[in-house]
Amino acid sequence: MSTPAHSASSLEGYRTEPGRYDELLDAAGTVRPHWQVLMDRLSKADLRQSTQRCLQLTRRLIAENGVTYNVYADAQGADRPWTLDPLPLVLTATEWRDIERGVEQRARLLNALLSDLYGAQRLIAEGLVPPQIPFGHPNFLWPCHGVVPREGLWLRLYAADLARAPDGRWWLIADRAQAPSGAGYALENRQIMEQVLPHAVRELGVRRIRGFFAELREQLLAGGGSDEGGLAVILTPGPLNETYFEQAYLAHQLGWPLVEGADLTVRRDTVFLKTLAGLRRVHTIIRRVDDDWCDPLELRSGSALGVPGLIGAVRAGRVTLANALGAGVLESPAWLGFMPAIAERLLGEALHLPSVGSWWCGERPALEHVLRHIDRLLIKPTYPNQRLEPPRGGALEGRARAELIAHLRAQPHAYVAQDPVVLSQAPSLRSDATASIEARSMSLRVFALVGAHSCVILPGGLARVAASGALDVVSHQRGGGSKDIWVLPDAASVDVHDGAVRSPVSLVRHEELPSRLVENLYWFGRYSSRCEDKARLLRATLAARIDTEVYETAIGICRELGAAAADADPSAALRQDVSTHGIIADARRLVWCASQIRSRLSATYWRTVAELQRQLQDSGRRGDPRKALEGLLLSLAAFAGLALDDMRQDQGWRLLSIGRRIERLQFCTQLLALYLASAPATQQAQVEWLLTACDSLRVYRPRYAVAPRLGPMLDLLVRDGEHPRSLNFQWQALTQDLAMLCAHDMSDMQALGEPLPSLSDADLVALEGPEAQPRTALSRALRLQCEAAERLSDRLSMRYFSHTRLDSHALAS
Amino acid sequence: MRYHIRHRTLYRYSADVVHSHQLLHLVPRPAPFQQCLEYALQITPTPRERRDEVDVFGNPMTSIELEHPHRELCVVAEMDVQVHTRPVVLAGDSWAWEQVREALSYHACSPPGREHLEACVFRHESAYVRIKRAFMDYASDCFVSGSPILAAADALSSKLHRDFQYSPGETTISTPLLEVLEQRRGVCQDFAHVMIACLRSLGLAARYVSGYVHRSGGADDASHAWIAVYAPPFGWVELDPTNDTRVATDHVAVAWGRDFGDVSPLRGVILGGGTHELSVSVAVAPLEAAQ
Repeated sequence: MSTPAHSASSLEGYRTEPGRYDELLDAAGTVRPHWQVLMDRLSKADLRQSTQRCLQLTRRLIAENGVTYNVYADAQGADRPWTLDPLPLVLTATEWRDIERGVEQRARLLNALLSDLYGAQRLIAEGLVPPQIPFGHPNFLWPCHGVVPREGLWLRLYAADLARAPDGRWWLIADRAQAPSGAGYALENRQIMEQVLPHAVRELGVRRIRGFFAELREQLLAGGGSDEGGLAVILTPGPLNETYFEQAYLAHQLGWPLVEGADLTVRRDTVFLKTLAGLRRVHTIIRRVDDDWCDPLELRSGSALGVPGLIGAVRAGRVTLANALGAGVLESPAWLGFMPAIAERLLGEALHLPSVGSWWCGERPALEHVLRHIDRLLIKPTYPNQRLEPPRGGALEGRARAELIAHLRAQPHAYVAQDPVVLSQAPSLRSDATASIEARSMSLRVFALVGAHSCVILPGGLARVAASGALDVVSHQRGGGSKDIWVLPDAASVDVHDGAVRSPVSLVRHEELPSRLVENLYWFGRYSSRCEDKARLLRATLAARIDTEVYETAIGICRELGAAAADADPSAALRQDVSTHGIIADARRLVWCASQIRSRLSATYWRTVAELQRQLQDSGRRGDPRKALEGLLLSLAAFAGLALDDMRQDQGWRLLSIGRRIERLQFCTQLLALYLASAPATQQAQVEWLLTACDSLRVYRPRYAVAPRLGPMLDLLVRDGEHPRSLNFQWQALTQDLAMLCAHDMSDMQALGEPLPSLSDADLVALEGPEAQPRTALSRALRLQCEAAERLSDRLSMRYFSHTRLDSHALAS
Repeated sequence: MRYHIRHRTLYRYSADVVHSHQLLHLVPRPAPFQQCLEYALQITPTPRERRDEVDVFGNPMTSIELEHPHRELCVVAEMDVQVHTRPVVLAGDSWAWEQVREALSYHACSPPGREHLEACVFRHESAYVRIKRAFMDYASDCFVSGSPILAAADALSSKLHRDFQYSPGETTISTPLLEVLEQRRGVCQDFAHVMIACLRSLGLAARYVSGYVHRSGGADDASHAWIAVYAPPFGWVELDPTNDTRVATDHVAVAWGRDFGDVSPLRGVILGGGTHELSVSVAVAPLEAAQ
């Protein structure tokens, strides 16, 4: 059905759908007043032009910020760019008050329910809750029964998924109770929208959301820490998790370390973070690891994601978890039908937010009802570990339908039937070239921070839109997108301004560097340097093609150093990524290390990583391999520059720097050793090639004023203390870094051995002579230097990273 | 009967274990039919921390933490236990199994009563017990309509004993239970888990009991496992499918839970350690016979 729009041209093609609430247009087809400002702004000039601009800008910002949502087993690779619709969802202050009131009550109710389930279990004893729902749920953790978390708060972070019914009321469709995700994406979305539609944000006075995160910071640390101010961490399942980006982003915004299970250890019922400076007590954990994976000692025994002994620490009251272990028991559609009675019993209140009609089939009358109406109901599993695509009863026929009915009869308690939800629709921009406005169905995720005496609702959140048109399922896994939510202010709304309220707690500086993070920083340094060195070597080699003799030496060295495959042309090095030593494989490792240290990288830095990743994907396809190498070197130069300028120069940074220097020392000593051992080392063209490979020709020329010769070349590449490509320079810099890293212990430096072979002027003359012996001797000395650098690397690993290497095993007898 | 029991567990590791958390279920829980008279637990090396507590199922549990590098962990539990004769329970006097299932299911606003409620904890899938149609099918000829629950359970125990071969070394604790059902061989843990899976798949309540059994005739003693089924009006009744018998005075219960995972004698997570070797020895000596 077509409807008259506020101006025929701008909303051409936007259709309301009968039986569906439309966020933008009222029943008469006119734009609702609270959307007017935004729509006017968009169509002030030319609507199409402004929507296209919004779309492009949004896409660019997402790519530059590297916002992703990982989908397991996605053919396109793990990283899928996040999709943000540049049109926000606009809600009035009145609409928002209703939502707020409902979500606040829901959060209180769920906390009270958890308190009962993990305590007296009165609701079960009184027959208000079927024991099957909690007891059959894999996230009901018996070892946590009787454990009361700090302040009696099982639920600290809560998210509600809401949908708007055709009559305009909000309905609850699901509770996110164990480790709600999405608040970080909401923050990222807002930061992008403030750049895409800055004037509209200001003109409308859109409510700010940053204050929520400041509050989160304060609340989670308050009371949990000691006088020194507590330490809070975010526990992640790792970079493969679908919302890893968000976890890293939140960690960055909150200034808390992002850690994996192996970064934490429990000693005497206290949780510690393994840091470069030793064990540091952890007071608060925001966990993104699912309930039953959190403690391999008492829960799922094979879990490598968890922290052995964590439940013991919780039991001893020595750590605060958001949310408490076992909160995931609430994530089942089976609860919905029982909630009105639970609210009445626990709070003495009627539910503000109705939930979608649900029948838990474990009750005989409910089962009979469901079987009678199966054709118009949606059947869902009660427990999250059941495998069942939710098929609509009515969509099934013949055998499939009979099978579903048999399942329902055999294990009725394992199924829930729900009325289908009719989602509301909101304007979205088509992501094609037209950038036209179309209607798509959507749902909301609203976030709450639960305190002992108050509950703060994030004034905004995440609207999730269907992949296309009017679908009643929205999910990122299924290719849907997101929207920012703009809540309009009224006289009563008071928002914390960005960064305005911070108690002194947030001024406490945290110096904790998780050991695993430091190890990745070190390898990030090594791989970035390795990629640069190999790229230069390949570039020089490709340039030397015209001179057969030089090319032969060059290609031999490339192969020895793993920069080119034994039987392939060096230009293939950029195409083939099967080799585990090639530059492409190294660059992939570099990107992987970067993803592991993401919480330490600025947005600018991360953009450089994203750019490098793009180049890796393109490198094989590019016509000219030399151009591809140029591009790669440019990105790598940005890496090096940013490492100097854009990072705090703490001990972690120092290990990154040491990694770069050790790698450079190894590469250059090997390169020179191989070169000296090759027969025509003294020829001018050969020397010129080596200087090019070491990026030193431009320094050589003005300094020596003679055509490239071996003696001056060695003077520059070995002896020079001021040239960053010389061994002496790197050796001195490494010595300084080591001294800063372990001022009290010089044994690491001793591992590096003697300074480089000292070369007198007479030596240089002898090296240029007809005899090969002096060159072979220097070659050997350089090899020893290379081995010393490797030994140093091993020592550093032993000292700083060794405990991250040990695996935990779960054993039972 | 009165027994002296010695249970020794020895782990040998090929590399240093630098940190270790262990949960021990080695103290016999108090029950109407048994009392633990003497008890000693010896752990080498001496743990940095040791705490004696009671787990959520009411079993005594010791948790220990070792912080110093070690290549060996030895735990010796020694105890004297008095076992009483249990009241005779006639299978024919127990409720029909469907009646039990009905009593355990949910009826809105009619509270199930404390005893039924406790049984409800043991009706669901757990770490080592699956609920599958295959288990229901396997048990179906024992659970005919209207048969008293204990008569049916006794029949199932006999069927398992008949069909399954006791063969150590063929399964591990991580062998999937459906595979055990297909292969029809295993050790006492497998017999117990399969029987529990059958009972729970039928909608009944069953729990896993870990303990010791005294074997006359010079057979090797070992730690043992059996099951308990919820059989009103008698409450929980213990059956040993491995030996096709109701549990009497030859058995000493240590702990019970949903499955092996809740009550394994030693359960732990170690850091380091390389590969390991485990040896367990159990001696159950009747004291009266010795005197």
